[in-house]
Amino acid sequence: MAKEIRSAIVLTGVPSIEELKNSPGFPSEERLKKGPVAVIECIQEIPCDPCEPACPSGAIKVGKPITNLPVLCEDKCVGCGKCIAFCPGLAIFLVDTTFSKTKALIKFPYEYLPLPRVNSWADAVDREGNIVTKARVVKVETSDKYDRTAVVSIAIPKRFAHKVRGIVSG
Amino acid sequence: MRVLNHPILGKLEKRRMVKIIVDAKALQAIEGEPIIAALLANGIRVCRRTKKRNEPRFLFCGIGQCTDCVMTVDGIPNVRTCVTPVRDGMQIETQIGSGKWSVQGVEY
Amino acid sequence: MYKALNTEVAVIGAGPAGLSAAIEAARAGAEVVLIDENAKPGGQLFKQIHKFFGSKVHGAGVRGIDIGKQLLQETKENRVKVRLDCAVWGLFEDKVLGLVNQDKLESIQAKKIILATGVSENAVSFPGWTLPGIMGAGAAQTMINIHRVLPGKKILMLGSGNVGLIVSYQLLQAGAQVLAVVEAAPEIGGYGVHASKIRRAGVPVITSHTIKEATGKDQVEAATIAAVDREWNLVPGTEKTLEVDTICVAAGLTPLAGLAWMAGCECVYLPELGGYVPIHNGKMESSVRGVYVAGDLAGVEEASTAMEEGRLAGLSVAEEMGYVEECEAEKRREEITERLKALRMGPFGEQRDKAKQKLVQEWQKKLDQR
Repeated sequence: MAKEIRSAIVLTGVPSIEELKNSPGFPSEERLKKGPVAVIECIQEIPCDPCEPACPSGAIKVGKPITNLPVLCEDKCVGCGKCIAFCPGLAIFLVDTTFSKTKALIKFPYEYLPLPRVNSWADAVDREGNIVTKARVVKVETSDKYDRTAVVSIAIPKRFAHKVRGIVSG
Repeated sequence: MRVLNHPILGKLEKRRMVKIIVDAKALQAIEGEPIIAALLANGIRVCRRTKKRNEPRFLFCGIGQCTDCVMTVDGIPNVRTCVTPVRDGMQIETQIGSGKWSVQGVEY
Repeated sequence: MYKALNTEVAVIGAGPAGLSAAIEAARAGAEVVLIDENAKPGGQLFKQIHKFFGSKVHGAGVRGIDIGKQLLQETKENRVKVRLDCAVWGLFEDKVLGLVNQDKLESIQAKKIILATGVSENAVSFPGWTLPGIMGAGAAQTMINIHRVLPGKKILMLGSGNVGLIVSYQLLQAGAQVLAVVEAAPEIGGYGVHASKIRRAGVPVITSHTIKEATGKDQVEAATIAAVDREWNLVPGTEKTLEVDTICVAAGLTPLAGLAWMAGCECVYLPELGGYVPIHNGKMESSVRGVYVAGDLAGVEEASTAMEEGRLAGLSVAEEMGYVEECEAEKRREEITERLKALRMGPFGEQRDKAKQKLVQEWQKKLDQR
């Protein structure tokens, strides 16, 4: 048990927004306003670093020791979302608050069947699994490199951009 | 219930089906799967009943260590169903207590 | 009559530790027999369908099943003799093994033995604990990922260590419903990210709670959970009943140290490592010369560390037999130790590291006593 980290994630399994905003993997409000950006919700020191080589723009740094929390270099991040499928903890997302005038785009890893269908509607959930809004499935990406982790993109009302991190499966 | 399709493991490949007889009832099983898997797939969840209080027992460890899942198979008692593959025509019985040997019709 | 065979290195248990040990020793030139009582090798590795953590050198981002396939390929390439369906029932003086292969008896005389026999799941007793449908979390994992059958449809998971969290996720992937994960401690035991995955899927993780009783006629039909206080006493009035048909118990693992005991290996009781664990000299050699230990048998940890410990054991054996020169062995040992150290860092890893060090300290104590 991680005694040193007495925080929301250890008590409930859900990181608090404060914990996330204080972590080096979380982009600033400023950067979030500029366009699509990775959001790394990894706040425990676990030996793990495949996110670093996954980024083609070099925008994620873990270094040594590999227990370092991943640092998001938000100016280097182009919001391609290629890192999402490579995190073994399924803890990386993409948020694009500029998707449209009213909608934000959320990209997240998805490992269930059936895969959602593009243009279908889905129930979008927050980190606690509560349904918070309806989402339009915009894209479903699979590839050999992603090794059976699909990356799903959904469009949701902008105001839920900090909350929504998935959809109800099945 | 069989997991026919799986997001990581893919589609369950087609394999030969065999017939097993469980408590005199004929059931379908996938050739080579452990008896316990065939039981689960057929909705059966009791392997044996205890000697003293006739209580039901089933799967616990699933890897041949605990013996909770033993049944009498082809006349031989105490067969671990989680590590014993099915065979076409296999006779499987819910075991009572430590069971009885009745191989080739001879009771011991 | 029974068959009597000779070999140089006998590795018992073909899980990640045993496979890695066999490959390491065989690669150096030793004749290696890898023995496993199961019909298929891999131990628990082929049930780990999730992507591993660590770094590239540890196989990070690769699913356990694929790491397993790589290891099997390497046993073939290094001409390791793999004997399946062979249960080692005895380990005698002078490193003689008693085996039963289906219905045939065998004995094997080995020069060196590596024990990598792994662990078994703990049961938790509460009223109704023997009802059909109550099983180890590992058993549920075996059913869904190896045998492709659901162990049940409405599941309660007891225990929030990595096993409980990961198996809950895998049960969801297989199409089952997980009603809750219940954890007696006030904090979640496993990695936050594993808990977050299942929370997003709507699975509540209820800490400071345990199972008070399970009820049902011929199988479990309901489970009553209740809060526990800091002294682990049930708090009256906090009972909640859930309709379930399955309860998975993820309450720890205990090393299968029977053969180690039989061989005369000194074991020490360390609850943080799972129970009685054979001590070793840091190079994985037990208190009995020529008998080595690796993997969860040498203290419950994870697959990645099991592989590295297996390599250490295989290397030590190969060096002892003269297949690897001392300085070459030191270099290789350093590489493996570096990787092992990296996996034992951070708040989770440090506790495991401390625990594993105790085995070496105990060994040193024994040596000092002689």
